[in-house]
Amino acid sequence: MQSQLPFYPDQASNFAPSVDSLMTFLILVSVGFSVIITAAIVIFFFKFHRKSKNEIGVPIHGDMRLEVMWIVIPAILALAMFGWGAVIYVDYRHAPQDTLDIYVIGKQWMWKIQQPNGRREINELHVPVGRDVKLVLASEDVIHDFFVPAFRVKMDAVPGHYNTMWFRPTKAGRYHFFCSQYCGTSHAVMGGWVTVMEPADYAAWLSGTTGEDVNPVVAGEKLFAEKACSTCHLSNGTGRAPSLNGVYGGTVRLADGSTVNADEAYIRESILFSNAKIVAGYQPLMPSFQGQLTEEQILSLTAYIKSLQSQPVPATGAGVIAPGKK
Amino acid sequence: MSTTPPKPPGYQLPKEHYLNATYGLRSWLLTTDHKRIALLYLASVTFFFFLGGIFATMIRIHLLTPAGYLVTPETYNKLFTMHGVAMIFFFLIPSIPAVLGNFLIPLMIGAKDVAFPKLNLLSWYIYITGGCFVLYSFATGGLDTGWTFYTPLSSVYSNSAVTPAVLGIFINGFSSILTGLNFVVTIHTMRAPGMTWFRLPLFVWAQYSTSIIFILGTPVIAITLLLAGLERMFHLGFFNPALGGDPILFQHLFWFYSHPAVYIMILPAMGVISEIIPTFARKPIFGYTFIAASSIAIAVIGFFVWAHHMFLTGESTYAALAFSLLSYLVAIPSAVKVFNWTSTLYKGSISYDTPMLYALGFIGLFLIGGLTGLFLACLGLDIHIHDTYFVVAHFHYIMVGGAIMGYIGGLHFWWPKITGKLYPEFLARLAAVILFVGFNLTFFPQFILGYLGMPRRYHNYPPEFQVLNVMSTAGASILAMGYLLPMLYLTWSMRYGKVAGPNPWPATGLEWTTASPPPTENFDVTPEVDWEPYDYKNRPDLGLGTPSVPSLSPAHGDD
Repeated sequence: MQSQLPFYPDQASNFAPSVDSLMTFLILVSVGFSVIITAAIVIFFFKFHRKSKNEIGVPIHGDMRLEVMWIVIPAILALAMFGWGAVIYVDYRHAPQDTLDIYVIGKQWMWKIQQPNGRREINELHVPVGRDVKLVLASEDVIHDFFVPAFRVKMDAVPGHYNTMWFRPTKAGRYHFFCSQYCGTSHAVMGGWVTVMEPADYAAWLSGTTGEDVNPVVAGEKLFAEKACSTCHLSNGTGRAPSLNGVYGGTVRLADGSTVNADEAYIRESILFSNAKIVAGYQPLMPSFQGQLTEEQILSLTAYIKSLQSQPVPATGAGVIAPGKK
Repeated sequence: MSTTPPKPPGYQLPKEHYLNATYGLRSWLLTTDHKRIALLYLASVTFFFFLGGIFATMIRIHLLTPAGYLVTPETYNKLFTMHGVAMIFFFLIPSIPAVLGNFLIPLMIGAKDVAFPKLNLLSWYIYITGGCFVLYSFATGGLDTGWTFYTPLSSVYSNSAVTPAVLGIFINGFSSILTGLNFVVTIHTMRAPGMTWFRLPLFVWAQYSTSIIFILGTPVIAITLLLAGLERMFHLGFFNPALGGDPILFQHLFWFYSHPAVYIMILPAMGVISEIIPTFARKPIFGYTFIAASSIAIAVIGFFVWAHHMFLTGESTYAALAFSLLSYLVAIPSAVKVFNWTSTLYKGSISYDTPMLYALGFIGLFLIGGLTGLFLACLGLDIHIHDTYFVVAHFHYIMVGGAIMGYIGGLHFWWPKITGKLYPEFLARLAAVILFVGFNLTFFPQFILGYLGMPRRYHNYPPEFQVLNVMSTAGASILAMGYLLPMLYLTWSMRYGKVAGPNPWPATGLEWTTASPPPTENFDVTPEVDWEPYDYKNRPDLGLGTPSVPSLSPAHGDD
């Protein structure tokens, strides 16, 4: 797809054309207003130029109809801008199902990226064209921001939080990505390239995994045993802690009667701040793992817990209301 | 200064005025005269403006080439941080309120001074103390956190002199709070007989709105930066997730003040424009009540838009929707002002005097700055342009194109009142045009850079962005000339300028009914106001509208 205007960057994702159309709309409205105001100023400036030294202007104090007009018309246009922008934003903030999940960790001053099969990259991101891709962003130190201009998307990577962003690449090629949140000395070099590949090329690239790359699900399963998670979180639901089978993506009922969506952020919080949300029917027994796991280990554990999706949910698994849909 | 040049037509400087009432350093450093305090502020904010300007010049030179031309990455990061801190906290925020506001509010409402003259002097000393802390930080390691001080970068990771800087800004905050308090009390209690609320000059309305923000907003930034400082010094966990804090909390607290702070910078400039336009169109301002009310509306709604700086931090979608909508709401009163200013020109008697050129330039630049604010408030677009040069361009259009054009325009407008002298008109018009052209060449390319995806705060950049960066740097060199020129001829005019007389324009405000420069007590007799604001038709004392001699009786209000 060619950009509409020379000062629009490449359009390489599903969001690019819609963001550009919105941009065009705002430019048109702005140019319209600017032309009206500028023309009025220039015309008045010359037409009503002072003719004699002691001349005064015609005393006009105001006009209620005009005031109402220039409150109402801008308000309507502003509402249109708000609505159009909101539609795109809400879409952007809610990833579709069946995304290709890629884990992205920002640290001063590099991006560590891990593909679903465990293949690691640094300052490079490979994605297939036409597939919905979800990036799960974490930070090891300060706030960073993952920004791909050709996709018209960005999102902060905030320490202590998980943020997600999604996009569907639409055009194969190599595109810049940047860190867009100032993060210290080498902020400006904390970027790299997104390579959008045909699905077959991507699969071939992905299978070129080296021996050092460990599938995060496998690594997570190992950690799950090492950290003794498995002694309480029994898969059949009879342990001192709830079974984690099928938890991800469902809704969990909490001890205080409220419910929570079991997404990545919830899993992360439950690991690090284990007493923040207690599942209904269980005691607050779990120790906090804050400071004991690296961001990568947390991502591995999360990936493992997400992988338990396909296994049956035990009948006694209190708390879990509905598996599946987000 | 007391020597009168021989020629000019009739006008002489008054024998005694506030500048020659007393002499000596002590008479300035211990003064409680609001006019002298205004000049103390004028000198100190000018110092910070040129300091910030030097940093800006180095930034623009550095960005001439993709790899960075001048300095190391560490130094570059310090340059843009110190540029922001010096310009925002020590120039823009105090500029119009503490210089023009201090000088003019008592004169405009017919008072002898502000309500608390000693507190007014204390505010200046607090400002200087805060300034010294910040200069100490600049001199001993610099500051590299960005003027936004985002945690945990500022509170944990930065190796620069963050602690003295946040203490300096904390201290400086009290100066703003006391100034705001002083203005509010002065405007409420010290108006001359007949000076009702709706006869107040719109500049006073703007200062009143600004003072509300000073009082309500500044304590929040002060305590927020103090918390960041405590986290840095004593490892108390407020914002650092490793200590159980939340970095997002800092952003909420920071922007709760720092977004309204944008209105602290722009509202007083709008007030200046609302004075200049009717004066040089010689007619009442169009929609007085709408302009006055829109200042209050901006001040109030401005407190409810802060999280539009945080659409991409992961804040809830619902919060983002609410803050986007509220941000559009605050655009309406700004638009109302622009329409009313433009309409005031209709059927006016418009002169091309320097202040008018600044005012019209202000409208043009504020228009672009305001309209591009709509782009950033737009959720879908903000995903792309947030934290890019689009933002940099937008807020420079508001703060430099808006606030500084208003400030310099106001300085020219009231310069005859402040000094009793006229500046050279041709040079002044030339400087206004140079500033307008230089400004647009500097900052318009940055909108395009931003949409093309160049992030802000980059000490180097991909080569495809070079052309636009070179344009911007070229513009900045023109812009710098536009700032140096007024500095030179205004200083020159203090000694060699023509004597202005009490009301050279002539303008309708009370400040123009007393001598230039005014006596220490401002008015010989307490004035009484029996005319509406900006009313040229019913002011025979201005000598306009009839072919009579343009003379002015020095004291008005005996009828």
